[in-house]
Amino acid sequence: MEIWGYLPGTNCGECGEKTCLAFASLLKERKRKLELCTPLFEARYAEKRKRLAELLAPEIREIEIGVGARARKIGGEDVLYRHELTFFNRTALAHDVWDTMEAEALSERVKRITDWRKFYVGDFLTLDAIAIRSISGDAGRFAECVKDVAGKTDLPLVLCSFDAKVLEAGLKEIPDRNPLVYAADKTNWKEVLGLVKSYKVPVTLFSPDLDTLSSLALTFSSAGVTDIVLDPGSYPMGEGLAESFSRFIRIRRAAILEGNKVVAYPLMAVPLTAWMVYGAENAREASYWEAAIANLFIIKYVDIMILHSIEPHSLIAERTLVANIYTDPRRPVSVEPGLREIGTPTEHSPLFLTTNFALTYYTVESDISSNKIDSYLLVVDTEGIGVEAAVAGGQLNVELIKEALESYKVAQKVNHKTLVIPGLAARLSGETEDATGWTVLVGPRDSGRIPDWMNTNWPPKTGS
Amino acid sequence: MRTVEKKERKEKKEKKEKRIALADIAKILEKYDALELQDVTIKGDMEIELGGSTGIALPPALIQALQSLLGVEIPTALREKEIGELLPATFGGAKAEWAGKIEEVTIGATSAEGGTRETTVTIGGEKSLPFYNFDVKMLHAPVISLDCFDMPISLAKPVREHYEEVMEDPGEWAKKNVREFGAEMVTIHLISTDPTIKDTPAREAAKTVEDVLQAVKVPIVIGGSGNPDKDPEVLEAAAEAAEGERCLIASANLNMDYERIAKAALKHGHVILSWSQLDINAQKTLNRYLFKLGVPRKDIVIDPTTAALGYGLDYAFTNIERMRIAALKGDKDLAFPISCGITNAWGAREAWMKNSPIKEDSDWGPSANRGPLYEIVTGLTLGLAGGDLFMMMHPQAACTVKKVTQMLFGAEGEEDKAQKLEIADWITWDGEW
Repeated sequence: MEIWGYLPGTNCGECGEKTCLAFASLLKERKRKLELCTPLFEARYAEKRKRLAELLAPEIREIEIGVGARARKIGGEDVLYRHELTFFNRTALAHDVWDTMEAEALSERVKRITDWRKFYVGDFLTLDAIAIRSISGDAGRFAECVKDVAGKTDLPLVLCSFDAKVLEAGLKEIPDRNPLVYAADKTNWKEVLGLVKSYKVPVTLFSPDLDTLSSLALTFSSAGVTDIVLDPGSYPMGEGLAESFSRFIRIRRAAILEGNKVVAYPLMAVPLTAWMVYGAENAREASYWEAAIANLFIIKYVDIMILHSIEPHSLIAERTLVANIYTDPRRPVSVEPGLREIGTPTEHSPLFLTTNFALTYYTVESDISSNKIDSYLLVVDTEGIGVEAAVAGGQLNVELIKEALESYKVAQKVNHKTLVIPGLAARLSGETEDATGWTVLVGPRDSGRIPDWMNTNWPPKTGS
Repeated sequence: MRTVEKKERKEKKEKKEKRIALADIAKILEKYDALELQDVTIKGDMEIELGGSTGIALPPALIQALQSLLGVEIPTALREKEIGELLPATFGGAKAEWAGKIEEVTIGATSAEGGTRETTVTIGGEKSLPFYNFDVKMLHAPVISLDCFDMPISLAKPVREHYEEVMEDPGEWAKKNVREFGAEMVTIHLISTDPTIKDTPAREAAKTVEDVLQAVKVPIVIGGSGNPDKDPEVLEAAAEAAEGERCLIASANLNMDYERIAKAALKHGHVILSWSQLDINAQKTLNRYLFKLGVPRKDIVIDPTTAALGYGLDYAFTNIERMRIAALKGDKDLAFPISCGITNAWGAREAWMKNSPIKEDSDWGPSANRGPLYEIVTGLTLGLAGGDLFMMMHPQAACTVKKVTQMLFGAEGEEDKAQKLEIADWITWDGEW
């Protein structure tokens, strides 16, 4: 192992691992930071440390936009397929505002983007950035808008104009917010290069022609600007869409497989272009098409994208997809089976059954606890398969339920001998009653409806 | 122009004992073929000049490489000198080649082929990842089959409103899928045969299949109820009733009498759907059993299991992507077209629930907007992983997935005003007014 060779090899344990070899393998998987190896920072290891840092640097440069708690890292990827390791920095979703907006509409929109959240698998999904478009082309007006937005959000900002004067007016307002500049192209690059060098901010380079884009990237990096994002253009329809799709893939593949360092930077897409085809008057169609394009580019390598629709359906679908694709596939599919207490249950509390598929478990758990239903949750071992599939595939069966009731001594916890099974497992209810002697109630098909279900079904009617 | 005299650094050079042959330099420079080397002059073995009259800067990596090789320092002034022109570069980029090829499978049989279908569909045949036309032109675009059921079922409102008046009649339902929504295929799900639902006898289910085959002339998929004990009997009867039509029989699974289903498909000239649950090894095992039973490769489609956006889509995506990559690398056990039950997307609560059950969530907006989008995203995502056949439900969702996949496939005929779009103008797009 190459990495191991650069570590001190003393197995000192400072990093928390027993051996340097163990630490090396964790470094390789990017599960540990090099800084944990404190001896390596002694002067005598300087050369090794430098080599190791180079060796461990991700294939795609990782850059940061914004400052503070909501700053976002983008890029930093090492693989083309998530199962080969994992994708690291989720696609940042930047939603737009523009400098011709009325003050009130502007602050309302900024607030909605900043505050948006949706609960998902134990945490809240949020949005990542705000892109400010200069429609007016007026430097003063843009500066005012940037100042206004910056005062109302702590999200990272993207300043959008091809006019370097307009960009500079914006940068002057927020020199300490580390905004992403959009964009330098083949005509304005000299001015924009000067600008991002003096303000020390990341910059997007735009060209649908990959030779020109490479040329821009080579020029900027040679000039010492390496916080670069590449936008090879997002055509929303027809052949143009197919070609855009191919450009993202070819760039990322060249960077990761072919060692083409010139383009080894984060990528940007602009699904917002869908709106230029459909028009604002066809908002639903436009938002669907925008989401569809975003869908393609979330999967195929885009690190930051600019979007227009802030309607809930767009945000929920797009952000959930990002969460799915950027989830570490190495994390366990299942949770430990067992009997969980939700809240502070008593012997009269309901007993729910679910599977040990992590997604199912966290969903059910949060539905019950968020609605403050004190209860027991019996998590059975379906080999990490969800309810519907486990019923179909036989992993969730009567024997398993019977065993779980016995081995977790559930009868000692509740006094009612009543088990609530998921609606999707309804077909097991009769057999389960016969095999266990417990009364089986069929719960709702979606655990989000447990509160309603409780109103009419709990406590259970006595007698039969 | 700046000149670095190696003579001046003789001491350093001797200390490092580096001997540089021109070939070594050429080799290093080759790595940077993106850069034209007009500004580098090499004089004999004593001197090297770097730099250009117009103030060309060399890429830091090249400077570093030369530095370490030659043992010379490049003055930082050169690096930071203002650049007058864009440095020339070409992108290049190689094509990917794969050893394997996905089986081509045709569903449906015309009268010339012993059936009564007016159209057939062919899926598979890929030699590269989906829509990677820049590697190898994709042979067949993905196909969408619209679902119908043999009894009225509970559906989310945005779906139900399209089918309400045909739910009592599978034949009419199938017809509507084709006539009104342009379905290339129809799936009839014989769910009423489940003993815990209606326990409809196999013979009666076979009659339903005949009705659907009468009603439409597109190829059909015949789906059971998913009950592992009843499905073999039901699908056997259905396969017999559909003799010669080359239907897709859905499906065989390791937890049931797959042999009976496979034999019925084989005997009556159908394609079999080999279904596994997010498990590559189980899929390989079942496929090998099917080979052993004599099922020809051209009669197999696989269903590695679909999970909805937000409810395991990541597992389904990666499972399918891994299978497809394994197949392209040469694993013949997995080199089959992939079918995805995209309708599963409606199982996601976001697709149908009125409000969020989580009190701290931002407003979810109308559910009618969410549902179809969940189906679209689930479909497109699995299409990018390797899906060839999508079983879907919502007409608009099916239409959007079709449109996007056709464009990526490279189908012609799309009225293409976007081609003329100046996309850079998105910054000043003011359609909001």
